[in-house]
Amino acid sequence: MTEQQTLRNFTINFGPQHPAAHGVLRLVLELDGEVVERVDPHIGLLHRGTEKLMEARTYLQNVPYFDRLDYCAPMNQEHAFCMAVERMLGMEVPRRGQLVRVLYSEIGRLLSHLLNVTTQAMDVGALTPPLWGFEEREKLMVFYERACGARLHANYFRFGGVAKDLPDQLVEDIGKFCDPFLKVVDDLEDLFIGNRIFKQRNVDIGVVTLEDCWNYGFSGVMVRGSGAAWDLRKSQPYECYEEMEFDIPVGKNGDCYDRAVIRMEEMRQSTAIMKQCVNKLLAETGRGPVQTPNHKIAQPSRKDMKRSMEALIHHFKLFTEGFKTPEGEVYAAVEAPKGEFGVYLVSDGGDKPYRCKIRAPGFAHLQAMDVMCQKHMLADVSAILGSLDIVFGEVDR
Amino acid sequence: MSMDSELKTLGDAIATALPGAIAKVAVEFGELTLDVARDHWVETVKYLHDAPDCLFVNFIDLCGVDYPQRPDRFDVVLHLLSPRHNRRIRVKTRTNETNPVPSLTGVFKSANWYEREAYDLVGVLFSGHPDLRRMLTDYGFDGHPLRKDFPMTGYVELWYDDEQKRCVYKPVSLSQEFRTFDFLSPWEGPDYPPLPGDEKATKA
Repeated sequence: MTEQQTLRNFTINFGPQHPAAHGVLRLVLELDGEVVERVDPHIGLLHRGTEKLMEARTYLQNVPYFDRLDYCAPMNQEHAFCMAVERMLGMEVPRRGQLVRVLYSEIGRLLSHLLNVTTQAMDVGALTPPLWGFEEREKLMVFYERACGARLHANYFRFGGVAKDLPDQLVEDIGKFCDPFLKVVDDLEDLFIGNRIFKQRNVDIGVVTLEDCWNYGFSGVMVRGSGAAWDLRKSQPYECYEEMEFDIPVGKNGDCYDRAVIRMEEMRQSTAIMKQCVNKLLAETGRGPVQTPNHKIAQPSRKDMKRSMEALIHHFKLFTEGFKTPEGEVYAAVEAPKGEFGVYLVSDGGDKPYRCKIRAPGFAHLQAMDVMCQKHMLADVSAILGSLDIVFGEVDR
Repeated sequence: MSMDSELKTLGDAIATALPGAIAKVAVEFGELTLDVARDHWVETVKYLHDAPDCLFVNFIDLCGVDYPQRPDRFDVVLHLLSPRHNRRIRVKTRTNETNPVPSLTGVFKSANWYEREAYDLVGVLFSGHPDLRRMLTDYGFDGHPLRKDFPMTGYVELWYDDEQKRCVYKPVSLSQEFRTFDFLSPWEGPDYPPLPGDEKATKA
């Protein structure tokens, strides 16, 4: 062949039905040989119009929508929404309610990290870690079920607390779960974090500098991987995180490997927080109501409704009209497992949100796919995507 | 309320540093909000990013809010975070369907997708944006769903057509009318139409 061959870049579609896409993501990849030149993520295949739907429903009816955003850690999302409404109403959560919320937020973190770290291992070729991780997730989801009746879509957090108190037996069982779980984390670490192939596929892949992290709107593990000790639980503490003792693991290199290691360590720290919550919940000082006694906001108990006319009226008003929030706007954020999950709530003084913008961490992270994948090989795309920790429920809303 | 006064001081300092740019400084629910004139939008955000007492380097969120009764019906709301000072700020500007807002992509790379989303869902235009395509809605979607005059049930629905062997759009048909009940007491709602007997009430 003496003729000059014209070279051209090759464009391929990754997804929307691809097991490594972690949901319905379509990536348009422009390749030069096997090197990625450009990534154009097409999202919105799971767009359900949550924000629009919320404008037509009362505050209480909107809580379940938050389970369906990041369905790996449902209660953490509910938490952000409840905090936004509570800030608007100027409400306090009773201490036991705070402890239960923190306990279940940390369970959510375990659920999410277990899923992410182990499936990332699967994305780069290891099949066993997800099987080990999902066994533990199953136990955690049983704790979800015992608290609220549902394994995934909890609908458990309420404005000013949580829906129901936890029985002592459940709290004790969660306590019993913790120490054996730390052993499983160690086993998982032996299984793949130290593994040669896992390192080859993740070390120095998808490196981002801290400056870029802030500029791209990253949060959570993504900024911690690049060296910032930034965690909303420490820097802007909410609920009773101030009295919990835990450490923030920080990475050095900002690559996929650091992020995986951080998630492993965060699971240990979360377990430590869970243990503290269990002890505090079982102690005498941890007793008390789990939800605010203000029945203009909180639902009265079924027992009260049988005997008290006022409770019956409150119940009727809360489930038809709902409660009203003062006019204004608030932004409340929590440290969700995937980063900063925020709710920007605008109220016109009515019983429904005028506008509710859901700030999902994954949306900002996914946007950086293009820069993070530049000049990487095609096979690295799935490793980087895995380390971003994307869930399409929250990206597409 | 020392937090509030501290935020107010910061807001006033920013307003002094940028004469003519900040229309209003407000601290509500412990959060600082700046109303910015549209022609000073990029300049203000750049200042917030760079000034040593601000350093709002972390882009949190940008969204559009629709107030159809206003002449400039859209608010573009930006949230920023300063990890150095551990502070948050909210910056807003107003626009309508025809006047574009200058894009922030030159200051924050993250603004790209957020502005695309605001364009897609609310219909705010951004000038100088590198790639203002739709973000979340379907390819070829018509309309801006988060506008208040867009019905919650939408206009079209997607069906699989067995004869054509492909998905087709059809006008939305609801087997049951979407029912929305107004439980607000007419005397308490945000703004209620005049009711008989109102003229007898003494204005509070």
